[in-house]
Amino acid sequence: MASSIRVRATTSGETTEVQALIQHPMDSGFVKDAKGELIPAHFITQLTFEHDGKKVFAADWGGGVSKDPYVKFSFKGAKKGDELKIGWIDNKGATDTTTAKIQ
Amino acid sequence: MGMSDVRFSATRRLILQGAGAVALVGLGNLPFGLTPALAAANDKYPEDAFKAKSEADAIKALYGKSPEPSDKVKMDAPEIAENGAVVPISVSTTLADVTSIAFLVSENPVALVASYKIPAGTVPGVANRIKMARTSNVIVVVEAGGKLYSATKEVKVTVGGCGG
Repeated sequence: MASSIRVRATTSGETTEVQALIQHPMDSGFVKDAKGELIPAHFITQLTFEHDGKKVFAADWGGGVSKDPYVKFSFKGAKKGDELKIGWIDNKGATDTTTAKIQ
Repeated sequence: MGMSDVRFSATRRLILQGAGAVALVGLGNLPFGLTPALAAANDKYPEDAFKAKSEADAIKALYGKSPEPSDKVKMDAPEIAENGAVVPISVSTTLADVTSIAFLVSENPVALVASYKIPAGTVPGVANRIKMARTSNVIVVVEAGGKLYSATKEVKVTVGGCGG
């Protein structure tokens, strides 16, 4: 199954820049559909990035994060070829994980 | 590091309450998906902060105190967002010992949009895309050295992004 997570992690030597794009509806629970009925809340609540067994970035998200969320950050201490482990969980309990090689 | 220790013990105190929330999101019965290590690395989801309507209540629920405005918190946000469903906003700061960064939109039905944990070794900055129901102040809160600092900017929204 194709992962919902697309990650690009590139290191310049000292810092590693991470960009992640996740496929998810991120329904806030405040939007009505064409029939005027509320679309139930369905959004990622937590997202984590791990390098070498250590959490390097973590997000707590609400329904106010845009559909197909994008996030960018940088961290220190990784080198080319290292693995970055990414995982999310949503308010319905669905999850996905992926591992990206740092380039 | 003193602050993060305090935060950890606070997290432990919340474990009992947290257990309910974890069951709610189904972490307890995952056959695959998040590895235990990754799940265990997650802190408790700040449910109450994400229920608060106003940014003041959300900040209080999240941190238990109020921020002071600081020009060391730099927010990059558009003057005008044509599409409120996707508003790119980033923040960076020259403050030291940053442990978390939060994004809030005053006029959204739920003010808190995102809260990021910044461990030691991670650059204190983040870029993301948020929804805005209408023209509103966007507030960024940076927790650094146990204190809260904020930057506020009004973003005009042409078409709201919350179907409001």
